[in-house]
Amino acid sequence: MTVLAPSRPSGRLLPGRLPQRFLPVIATFAVFVITFGVGSFRYEGFFSGQVVANLFVDNAFLIVLAVGMTFVILTGGIDLSVGAVAALSTMIAAATLEAGWPPWLAVLTVLASGSTLGLLMGLVIHYFGVQPFIVTLAGMFLARGLCFLISVESVSIQDPVFRDLATSTISLPGDIVVTWSVVIALLTVAVAVYVLHLTRFGRTVYAVGGSESSARLMGLATSRAKVGVYMVSGFCSALGGLLFSLYMLSGYGLHAVGMELDVIAAVVIGGTVLAGGFGYVAGSVAGVLVLGTVQTLISFEGTLSSWWTKIVIGVLLLAFIMLQRLIVRQPSAAR
Amino acid sequence: MVDMRGISVEFPGVKALSEVDFRLFPGEVHALMGENGAGKSTLIKALTGVYRTSAGTIRLNGRPVAFTGPGQAQQAGVSTVYQEVNLCSNLTVAENILLGREPRRFGAIDGRATRAAAAKLLDRIGLDIDPASQLGSHPIAVQQLVAIARALAVQARVLVLDEPTSSLDSDEVAELFRILRVLREEGVAILFVSHFIDQVYEIADRMTVLRNGRLVGEHLTRELDRLDLVSAMLGRELSTLEEVQRRTSHHAPGTEPVLQARGLGRAGAIAPFDLDIHAGEVVGLAGLLGSGRTELARLLFGADRPDTGTLTIGGKPARARGPRSMISHGVAFCSEDRKGEGVIADLSVRDNLVLAMQAARGWARPVPRRLAEDLVAEYIEKLDIRPADPGAVIGNLSGGNQQKVLLARWLVTRPRLLILDEPTRGIDVGAKAQIQKVVADLAAEGMAVVFISAELEEVVRVSDRVVVLRDRRKVAELAGHDVSVSDVMSAIAAQSGPVAAVAS
Repeated sequence: MTVLAPSRPSGRLLPGRLPQRFLPVIATFAVFVITFGVGSFRYEGFFSGQVVANLFVDNAFLIVLAVGMTFVILTGGIDLSVGAVAALSTMIAAATLEAGWPPWLAVLTVLASGSTLGLLMGLVIHYFGVQPFIVTLAGMFLARGLCFLISVESVSIQDPVFRDLATSTISLPGDIVVTWSVVIALLTVAVAVYVLHLTRFGRTVYAVGGSESSARLMGLATSRAKVGVYMVSGFCSALGGLLFSLYMLSGYGLHAVGMELDVIAAVVIGGTVLAGGFGYVAGSVAGVLVLGTVQTLISFEGTLSSWWTKIVIGVLLLAFIMLQRLIVRQPSAAR
Repeated sequence: MVDMRGISVEFPGVKALSEVDFRLFPGEVHALMGENGAGKSTLIKALTGVYRTSAGTIRLNGRPVAFTGPGQAQQAGVSTVYQEVNLCSNLTVAENILLGREPRRFGAIDGRATRAAAAKLLDRIGLDIDPASQLGSHPIAVQQLVAIARALAVQARVLVLDEPTSSLDSDEVAELFRILRVLREEGVAILFVSHFIDQVYEIADRMTVLRNGRLVGEHLTRELDRLDLVSAMLGRELSTLEEVQRRTSHHAPGTEPVLQARGLGRAGAIAPFDLDIHAGEVVGLAGLLGSGRTELARLLFGADRPDTGTLTIGGKPARARGPRSMISHGVAFCSEDRKGEGVIADLSVRDNLVLAMQAARGWARPVPRRLAEDLVAEYIEKLDIRPADPGAVIGNLSGGNQQKVLLARWLVTRPRLLILDEPTRGIDVGAKAQIQKVVADLAAEGMAVVFISAELEEVVRVSDRVVVLRDRRKVAELAGHDVSVSDVMSAIAAQSGPVAAVAS
């Protein structure tokens, strides 16, 4: 149909040019490299493999939470309960271990309860047609409240297996040391990339984010995807909570307060569009790394209050959302 | 192949279909005809499992079926292409074609095989685009063809096409029909819905006519002539249509122009142009798809900012600062994108209708309930909006009736200049005639109207003056009563090759 040729914008990409949809992720990596570069330039000892490794060590739980959140935001939803579910997970882990449960059972219990909570929220959101914001807000209060039902005090974890796992390290070439948490987080990322890009469930998640009604008319399993993402997020919250309990070696109802907002910030900075349909897990990881680098920079500076982290994150968030608007708007303006 | 008996579908407050029978045989193209709101889309959605039927049976190959979703229908071999492009513009072309049935290797989606399979299907329908490109980067017409490629991807035995041609130009339609004929030879049963009667006569073997949710009759195409078909669809004579044709111009020359554009232009959208629009005058904008019709209208309404030139409204210079300031100058704009820029689907007819009026009054002066009721009742009657229920959710109305509500929305603000961008696209003959008549009446009452349509005959019939656009440039202005379609066509075609490319 040659008649189409003149009216068609150049859909075929020039060789060597990256598609526009990767732009936000690339921008995030660029910001990461720049902030890291600034740090290396200003502070001695900043530019080392261990500083990079520590970014992963200190933010392993955040990466896992961001992975789950990416699934939810890709469908156009939001999950405000992740911080509270993570806290509940630390609490359940600490309490069951204190009660003498074997560690594997404690871990299974945590993962099952997180997934169940996510599943329930997903079911309510989908079958009752309630806004995800409200449902997950309710889930957030519920999970936070349940923490204090278990104990109002901080419960420390004495279990030897947990303590070993938390303190033992893996040596990488170049005198770099990472914890097992990092391995678990990176595995989670790998599985998430596989699921999102190479399974029908993953593609349906993107389709739902693009246009839910179209996806339904195409005969896709939209309800499974919509409920599924909240279950994935619940599972990731529980897993993130476990990593957090390894990091803190305690369970406490006031752990991870406000972490859901950090996670959302990381995902958005990572280039995932809040309206759904566009975004990559790799971007979310980059988003977490940017947040981590900013935090590290400020601690290297020493004299700055840690609240500067929040200020920088706020500015970055604003900049990235504006970048997204420009990118999303361009194709429609060219129509 | 398909046998539907006594099908009824009900929505809250609306009975969309009552006891309709429908048959579809393998190896035929069967046209479903009817006005807007006659129940064509509803019947299709009942067949494909989007809507539940409240009565009746559906048999596929003799076996009773009750699909609970489009996925099931697809598995049974019933594939549908909808009027609005129902694809995901954030995904690639290949993914859109094969979403939900991607080739897999070791349990993972095989991206390369997906693209190869998509390329093969695109090749089959003669569409030369990169399967790995993002769907949203292509124009709507291409997206529509991609939707058809998707429908072909399943080994469809029943192919349902709901107004597939409304966004295609004539060459693309010819291409589509070529594909349909091939499929018909292969024994596929094709259900075809279109408002273009010419197209139906070109492709369809049989037709079923619906009116007001009821079956009027089933005919062989060659046994039913056009006039009988139209009166079967309308259930009345074509008097309104003729009335428009016989109308004489009420244009009172010499009056101050309502709107005056001098050298108005925007880079990449439309070259600078001059345009005067007088009170009581209908100015038609004619041109091919992409000739800058909508772009010109958007400049006049301030929806886009001009780079050059001046705009004078009612003798006073107006700086186009956006739709709000233009509305306050008495300019109203009815967008061509009904779904995206027009109706608010979840609100009632009443709420949709008073929206612009409320915006004009400001938030401090709510529209009194009684006034709203009166206005709604008045316009429902005047424009023959069906169902005549102010509380009906507008998303449940048919396209033509939604368009009428949009028209009414602007009419209640009593604008001095009304810009209508494709007000009759995708709606049937009867509603079309009604809208044309309303436009003529409005002009007679002294309103200035800019009328945009892809159908040249319609533009010529409705307008007092026709502005012809080509390649984003104003090329001619034809005035007088004796302007004919061929005049406009030759203005469009001047120096630009054969006239054959003009969609009529």
